[in-house]
Amino acid sequence: MGALNYIVQQTMNALSLGSTYALVAIGLVMVFGVLRLVNFAHGDLMMVACYTAFFLVATGLHLGLFSILIIAILVATLVGILMERVAYRPVRGASNIITLLTSLAVSIFIENIFVMFASPVPRSFRSITPLFLNIVNHWGTLVVSNINLVIFGVAILLLIFLLLFVTRTKLGISMRATSEDLMAAQLAGINIDRVIVTAFAIGSAIAGVAGILWAARIGRIDPLMGFTPLLKAFVAAVIGGFGSLAGAVLGAYLLGFAEIFLIGFLPPSLSSYRDAFVFLLLIIVLLVRPNGILGSIEREKV
Amino acid sequence: MLEFENVHVYYGNIHALKGISFHVKEGELVTLIGSNGAGKTTCLHTISGLLHPKRGKITYQGEDITYLSPYKIVKRGISQAPEGRHIFAGLTVKENLIIGSIQRQDSSGVATDLKYMYSLFPVLEQRLSQKAGTLSGGEQQMLAISRALLSKPKLLLLDEPSLGLAPLVVQEIFAVIQKVRNEGCTVLLVEQNAHKALEIADRGYVIETGSIILEGSAQELRANKKVEEAYLGGVS
Repeated sequence: MGALNYIVQQTMNALSLGSTYALVAIGLVMVFGVLRLVNFAHGDLMMVACYTAFFLVATGLHLGLFSILIIAILVATLVGILMERVAYRPVRGASNIITLLTSLAVSIFIENIFVMFASPVPRSFRSITPLFLNIVNHWGTLVVSNINLVIFGVAILLLIFLLLFVTRTKLGISMRATSEDLMAAQLAGINIDRVIVTAFAIGSAIAGVAGILWAARIGRIDPLMGFTPLLKAFVAAVIGGFGSLAGAVLGAYLLGFAEIFLIGFLPPSLSSYRDAFVFLLLIIVLLVRPNGILGSIEREKV
Repeated sequence: MLEFENVHVYYGNIHALKGISFHVKEGELVTLIGSNGAGKTTCLHTISGLLHPKRGKITYQGEDITYLSPYKIVKRGISQAPEGRHIFAGLTVKENLIIGSIQRQDSSGVATDLKYMYSLFPVLEQRLSQKAGTLSGGEQQMLAISRALLSKPKLLLLDEPSLGLAPLVVQEIFAVIQKVRNEGCTVLLVEQNAHKALEIADRGYVIETGSIILEGSAQELRANKKVEEAYLGGVS
């Protein structure tokens, strides 16, 4: 019984961690799909949402948790849209190395603005986190915390919403068409600017949600907090296949499981090397399937 | 209807179109012929707004469209079925068709036009929920043409619709092109298969390394010695 309980609990942890990665990875893959750009500033949008929530609470306006979260997510969305407009649109069509450097620059810029004006000292996120999230349920011999349930639930809801969006709406279908073939999308009459802005808006909003969930879990925020989830989401997307949303989600959950179970099963003396093992997993996947698990081999142009 | 005036297009340092001029009148079927790399596709891409000329002007229905973005050009009534078909392989046939009508608000009109496409290409209706990448080459070309037609163009640009297709399929596609034109859609057809193109065209232009070297009615071009040697020889 003890072993089974342990596995169930670790599975819950893995699902919650994987869900966070999935939410971040989706935004990354959406933007990559339409622009062929890895947006390294994507993780910073998580941070922007968290600080917005933090400062809204600090103002003492008593806005209510729900409106604070909505505003925080909206701010992250606006920053994402602004990012595209100001930084990425001017370099659209430039070589990969230029867009890569641009996204690194945007990331460093945003992080340093927060370091300067919000101080690099980590802040507690407990004041924002509603108390019920900290409740730990004892179901028989099982121990499951509310925060893990909420993270998993929110992720599943958002994933269903996204699935419906990309398969049932004209804009969603346009987005898939654009990420598949930019030229054909333009010739078919798709306004690609609109599609790209939509990808940024949705990706940023989801990053905002992911940021708040992430911060609620670990209980504190700092200006560089977006880096680790971004890196993990990037690895998840590469493992799953950078081209597809399904691949990103699959990769994220695989990564979540790998991390949690590595900590669980490795001897304590090795568990601090878990990231090394995670990246080892990445290398193995890339050796066996260079385009990721669900990635297709680039089709040859006829 | 469409005027292409002294258009110069560059790819970096390469001078791809060296002052090309041609025109298409309403209701005509005009063809641009020439060998690989002559600049035919570049012409179409420039009309569609994927490329912008360094010098020169493109007028459509009396208005300057030289620097419009591609989707605005589609909105004005010019759509293109590109070379190599470029269907969205990961999308279903139905989704590809939805993309074709993406800018239209008249859903009843779209439904009517969809039915019309199924009458032109019955095979598409049977494959609606199939991924477009699983279609045969000919079916993909039919899908590409249907996608272009669903925007309800007044001017249809076709780039090498016969490329890589079996003769019987080419026959079918060309019959549809004629039909579309007879129903009032103006067509600008780019072809390497000059013989087939001149069979159905009213007029034609011959492009060689970025310049127009010959123009005339389809009949004149077919009779022309130079065209015969360079582009019709061996093809029948």
